[in-house]
Amino acid sequence: MNTGNRPLSPHLQIYRWQWTMLLSITHRATGIALAAGALMLVCWLLAVASGPDAFAAVNGFLGSWIGRLLLFGWTWSLLYHFANGIRHMFWDVGLGLELPAAQASGYAVVAVSLAATLAVWISGYVAAGALG
Amino acid sequence: MSMRTPIARVRGLGSAKNGTHHWWMQRLTAIALVPLTVWFVVSVIYLAGADHARVAAWLASPLTAVLMLLLIAATFHHLQLGLQVIIEDYVHGEAAKIGCIIGVKLASFALAVTAGFAVLKVAF
Repeated sequence: MNTGNRPLSPHLQIYRWQWTMLLSITHRATGIALAAGALMLVCWLLAVASGPDAFAAVNGFLGSWIGRLLLFGWTWSLLYHFANGIRHMFWDVGLGLELPAAQASGYAVVAVSLAATLAVWISGYVAAGALG
Repeated sequence: MSMRTPIARVRGLGSAKNGTHHWWMQRLTAIALVPLTVWFVVSVIYLAGADHARVAAWLASPLTAVLMLLLIAATFHHLQLGLQVIIEDYVHGEAAKIGCIIGVKLASFALAVTAGFAVLKVAF
């Protein structure tokens, strides 16, 4: 197949790193992380269906430090992917595509996802009664 | 300049008329996942520290069970569309690429059915 006369984009290494491209690849990375998180959700649902012993085993893992670290990462991944996904929806209808707007919405997505992650975890500990 | 390759012209390959279907389904599932994700996150906070009996009672309620089934369906549909694009971007060998996509699609469907079965088992 002759593809020699078709245009080719410059390679990624040509570009100076900037926020918008970092946020773009982070959307994809969090998507991959969330696919693994979906696997955990299936395990958790199966444990609920299997009974108290299986549930205690899965909960024990999720309550361990590595389990909490994973859950914290999944929480942020979900909230980032959620917020940035809404940013994509605005782009899909043609809003906010200019560079200043795209950069501002990018900062907003990072700030909102981090703040929401902390809010979720504080609320979770309060709901569990761990903070009195 | 035509973007079509000579071989495509020779074979008469044109549009399969489903070029936007993947994009559209990804957006449709994303829109569905906006309220479902909010519900899921709020539910997880509500269930923090809950024992098996409380979680099972929560999952068995009709509203929870239906929302969880919708979440599972939208999540796994969205997930396999996203992973397909990633595979298409980074796996270059044709056999490996097709193999990975088949694997992801079958595994996603099987996991979604498994999760749905778990929800129904608790609910009924």
